[in-house]
Amino acid sequence: MAPGTLDWATIRHRYLRREQVLGIVYLLFAIAIWTLFLPHVEAGAKAKFGLNVVTGVKPIPVPDLVVPARETILLLGFIAAFMGGWQLSRGFKEPQALLAVLLVIFLLAFLVWATAGKSFNLTGMLASTVLRATPIAFGALSGVWCERTAVINIAIEGMMLSSAFTSVVIASATGSPYWGLLAAIVTGAVLGLVLAVLAIRFRVDQIIAGTAINIFAIGLTSFLSHSWLSVRQDLNAAPNFKPIPIPLLAKIPVLGPMFFDVNLIVYIMFALVIITHIILFHTRWGLRMRAVGEHPKAADTLGINVYLTRYISVTIGGIIAGIGGAYFTLGSVGRFDEVMTAGKGFIGLAAMIFGKWTPIGGFIASFIFGLADALQVKMAILRVPIPSEFLLMAPYLVTIIVLSGVVGRAVPPAADGQPYVKE
Amino acid sequence: MSTQEKKRQEHNKEQQPAEAAKTLPWWRVVLDVALLPFLAIITALALSSIFIIISDTELLALWRHVFSEPGVVLSASLKKLELSYGALISGGLGNPSAIWDGLRTWIQTGDSTKLITSLEGIDRTLVYSTPYIFAGLAVALGFRCGLFNIGVEGQLFVGAMAATYIGYSIKGLPMLIHLPLALTAGALAGAIWSAIAGLLKAYTGAHEVVTTIMLNYVAFRLSDYMLTGPMKRSGFNPVSPPVEKSAWLPKLAPDPLRFHAGFFLALIVAYFVYWFLWKSTWGFEIRTVGANPNAARYAGMSIAKNFILAMAVSGALAGLSGTSEILGVNHFMAQAFSSGYGFDSIALALLGKSHPLGVVLASLLWGFLRAGATRMQSAADIPIDIVQIIQGMVIVFVAAPALVRMIWRIRAIAEEGETIFTRGWGT
Amino acid sequence: MTPVLELRNITKRFPGVLANDHINLTLEEGEIHALLGENGAGKTTLMNILYGLYKADEGEILVRGKPVEIRSPSDAIALGIGMVHQHFMLVPVMTVTENIMLGAEVTKFGPFLDRAAAAQRIRELSRTYGLEVDPEAYIKDLPVGVQQRVEILKLLYRKADILILDEPTAVLTPQEVEELFEVIRSLVAKGNSVIFITHKLKEVMAIADRVTVLRRGRVVGTTRPEETTEEELAAMMVGREVSLVVEKKPARPGDVVLSVRDLHVRDERGEPAVRGVDLDVRAGEIVGIAGVQGNGQTELVEAITGLREPEKGTIHIKGVDVTWASSRQFFEQGAAHVPEDRQRDGLVLSYPVRDNLILNMYYKPPFAIGFRIQEKPIEENARRLVQEFDIRTPDIYTPVANLSGGNQQKVIVAREFSRPIDLLVASQPTRGLDVGSIEYIHKRLVAKRDEGCAVLLVSSELDEIMALSDRIAVMYEGEIMAVIPAEEATREQLGLLMAGVRPEETSEKAQAPAA
Repeated sequence: MAPGTLDWATIRHRYLRREQVLGIVYLLFAIAIWTLFLPHVEAGAKAKFGLNVVTGVKPIPVPDLVVPARETILLLGFIAAFMGGWQLSRGFKEPQALLAVLLVIFLLAFLVWATAGKSFNLTGMLASTVLRATPIAFGALSGVWCERTAVINIAIEGMMLSSAFTSVVIASATGSPYWGLLAAIVTGAVLGLVLAVLAIRFRVDQIIAGTAINIFAIGLTSFLSHSWLSVRQDLNAAPNFKPIPIPLLAKIPVLGPMFFDVNLIVYIMFALVIITHIILFHTRWGLRMRAVGEHPKAADTLGINVYLTRYISVTIGGIIAGIGGAYFTLGSVGRFDEVMTAGKGFIGLAAMIFGKWTPIGGFIASFIFGLADALQVKMAILRVPIPSEFLLMAPYLVTIIVLSGVVGRAVPPAADGQPYVKE
Repeated sequence: MSTQEKKRQEHNKEQQPAEAAKTLPWWRVVLDVALLPFLAIITALALSSIFIIISDTELLALWRHVFSEPGVVLSASLKKLELSYGALISGGLGNPSAIWDGLRTWIQTGDSTKLITSLEGIDRTLVYSTPYIFAGLAVALGFRCGLFNIGVEGQLFVGAMAATYIGYSIKGLPMLIHLPLALTAGALAGAIWSAIAGLLKAYTGAHEVVTTIMLNYVAFRLSDYMLTGPMKRSGFNPVSPPVEKSAWLPKLAPDPLRFHAGFFLALIVAYFVYWFLWKSTWGFEIRTVGANPNAARYAGMSIAKNFILAMAVSGALAGLSGTSEILGVNHFMAQAFSSGYGFDSIALALLGKSHPLGVVLASLLWGFLRAGATRMQSAADIPIDIVQIIQGMVIVFVAAPALVRMIWRIRAIAEEGETIFTRGWGT
Repeated sequence: MTPVLELRNITKRFPGVLANDHINLTLEEGEIHALLGENGAGKTTLMNILYGLYKADEGEILVRGKPVEIRSPSDAIALGIGMVHQHFMLVPVMTVTENIMLGAEVTKFGPFLDRAAAAQRIRELSRTYGLEVDPEAYIKDLPVGVQQRVEILKLLYRKADILILDEPTAVLTPQEVEELFEVIRSLVAKGNSVIFITHKLKEVMAIADRVTVLRRGRVVGTTRPEETTEEELAAMMVGREVSLVVEKKPARPGDVVLSVRDLHVRDERGEPAVRGVDLDVRAGEIVGIAGVQGNGQTELVEAITGLREPEKGTIHIKGVDVTWASSRQFFEQGAAHVPEDRQRDGLVLSYPVRDNLILNMYYKPPFAIGFRIQEKPIEENARRLVQEFDIRTPDIYTPVANLSGGNQQKVIVAREFSRPIDLLVASQPTRGLDVGSIEYIHKRLVAKRDEGCAVLLVSSELDEIMALSDRIAVMYEGEIMAVIPAEEATREQLGLLMAGVRPEETSEKAQAPAA
């Protein structure tokens, strides 16, 4: 290619700046909404969304939400198109937040399309979204704790799986989910410490160390589940945590079932999001953590113990992943199945990245992943003409889309993944 | 010399064993290269004894009396270990006296049945190691470009699906056309699948570790769909129709042995990967991007192109891994046809130091472990997942030589755990 | 009077290097003590020992007459020792307050940060010492000069009275250096003592009360500026007579080789870094770009060499438009590039010398035929260049990581100078090298010029620019302030231009990029 001709670099540079690409992506969303959903909805079909739940503490009843399907899809498409146009002409300040909004719009359009002419319990799905977002949010929080001090924790999956296993065994043996939760915490702490020792003391490449822990955890839990749980079924029948409705708050329509009528582990997740935020940005410890993650040498020259900070943070990250692991068993059906975490730990990592390494951002991102996941389950009820396997792909595909849409911009802690070598 | 310089030197001293090796005597090279993996395996096997013991609930119950009757407990445990490791070795290598016996009978009487049965262990080892070689090469090639392809398992599924489809849907072709066609389809499908991750990495910065893992799940669901839908054989089970004989990798040993031409194909491909990485300009670029992407850019190489190329070649190798399994052993595809070859491959690449020769040796070892573990499961009732436990430990030990040095109190092991693949999540 | 600080027989060994060899040093109260030595003489190592970052193998440290053990920076801080590092130890994404309070946080209700109280204290300190800075600003938004003030405030905030300044002038304009000297004098006047590390003789003469010269890890001598001369200090520092000037014949400029017009480039963060640069470099001349680091020189060079896409404007090499060219196309035009950060961009440290010598030519005959690498020509090339450029290496298979900084740079120079080139872009070609290597590289640059090659030299060392250039372009905030013939340029004039002051008298010849 002769220099000076209109080559790909030139085209990309002159005509395809990142802002424009994003704008085009937004427009593609609009087109997708119109072409995928609109033609398949009969004119005048209504989508009926139930806002009341029938289980748990019944909130104050509200009328169902009934929307005209075609018009709503059309409108959602218009919103997406408008956002695309705005992005192309003016540009938004926070394109990644916009991507989140667009994903939600797309999922809503999908929902309206699937519900057209039928009825669907929206509150039920939202409540299920929170539940499905919970392990992902634990993963994201665990990631925040580790990566803010610059240790990449790709072992969240393995930590969750191991904790899910130990929590079930201990809870079954003792008959108390609290002992099970404690076992999960201990398991998470131990694995967090193992990762920390490998990454800090032995300076093993952090992704490889994490992968080793994952493989080890998958192997060990499957191994023990084959050799023990198949023989001792009684060890795989744990009492689980029951939803605890908060008086009054649980009665709020829609929000009540989502946030105030959930089990202990979900409440712990909510609390951890807030606590992590406060610690990270408003305490001495958080300031030091962030400094260690951004510029360990600077922290070291000010007398901050870089290694100790990392050990503690990664161990706490492990504990959080451990509690997340207990959710799969004690927060759910109370039994362990092989590889039951199904990539939730990794999705949690993606949520952390999407949330720009902040606890609140990570929580919001988890919510979107949870939405995709919940939708996929509920769609089976509506008998959508899409093979279930493809619906099952949804959370993973959303993760890929989100990662590729935002990472170019999100800035990780500057020292992320690099061992600190003290002379 | 600035301290930073010094640090970087320490970092990089061991990254190129091949080049650095030229200045050392050969025995030091062998020692340097082989000692660590050897000790890592030994340590992992030794530690797995613990898991063997706790896997046996009766034996575990016996351990409560370890203080009152230590002799009984220990002898019972040792017996269990003897049984287990005995099964491992005979499962992977066979019984030497049986082989000798078989050989004698064959020479004396011309009756080969005894010999053939006695060779089953070695046969299994070689057959198991075949997909390992491909998969290990896939990860190794990625490592050389600074990419961590954890998606080998998914690429392997996709490759197997494509090869299976070509294998059963086209009928009446001569083998000389059908077999290469099916192999190419498998490689190509794997390449395309993993090139997605390469493309995303190159143009959006999405980290390949997360995207390849997500693509794994998508691939699994896709194969579920294909095997219960479009590719389903008539009948109840979600399996594909059988592959036409013309697409089989030729079998090179009589039944019940399974040894097939895939093994030799794997060796040829391993040599090709060596040539590609060290004797071609493409390989030079890939290795440069892996060793120092900034310098690669300075030297006029396209990082994006090399990411995509390396991922595609890596995916092609992964695809061949699944393909060789389908065309050489199974001859049809089932939902759980792969027993985690893709994940094992990470350990293989690390153990083999991302060098094709190392990968081949590590794969042979792993084939042996897998063959032995299968026997261990039937003979000593030890779940086959023990292989994964050993794997996790081996990865740790290989990646943290200081740990092995600490356990074995050996200084000769070179420090080299500092090779950094991780470059954060962004660029 | 007991000295505030005394180092006795400090010895530090690194594998293969004796970095500090029985060093003795005393610092009196209220004194500015310069530590002079060339790169690699062991100055920074010594100070890192004093600051608790390294541990000395032998020797002892006395603070105010008492022997102390400094095991970590916290120990040093507790003893009142503070250090401004050569590379600033600031977290860019945090505010000034957060950076200063880090490790000595002001808190309320237990562990919660009290940013307001800390900011108040910083403002008070700012006023006392005349170190103007906004506590709420983010470090990444501050110019280097201000960042340095933050570093000094960090020490004062911790009540340090023994201040170590490691090469503090490297990033400043001559005028800013003057300001810094004022600050240092006022610090000393308030009872602090300062160790001032430098390799610049002029600064020693200007500010030091006493000077200790280090060479190859040993103290060569301690003296006072008024009792010595620059030449004498230079000889002490290097161990032989040094010619401070580069010998060169007058330039005979030919045709324009590199021509840059209205070039705009953005940096990583998307901020404009180069704003409308016009520049011509002719065959047979060296054009030096002077300027404080971070004023767009890096981005300008990256744009010219194809490593960064410009926003607008044009770049021509020998009349060919290379504005959007890749670095491959840049090299193909017969151009060469000695990059600013040799270890980051110029070399693959894990590769042997052999491969680094063909790093950007690996795909061309005779090194490759088609896509097949040809071992023989590569080895022959390596043997020849190692000899010709006097690269000190055990053999051509040694990873360049094992070579010294000077020899690493020689590998790059050998690679870039050994092929026929018409344009050479050299960025900070002597940074961090010892005097011998610097002289060698200067000679090679002048030789290239005399062969008729157009040379664009970027350096933050004003002395280097003045010694080598035929014309000097001064860059400030992404613009070329002026292009001045070297023989007419003075330090003061360049200093003002580097600080963004555009004197009327230079403006008329400044604008036209010498057609």
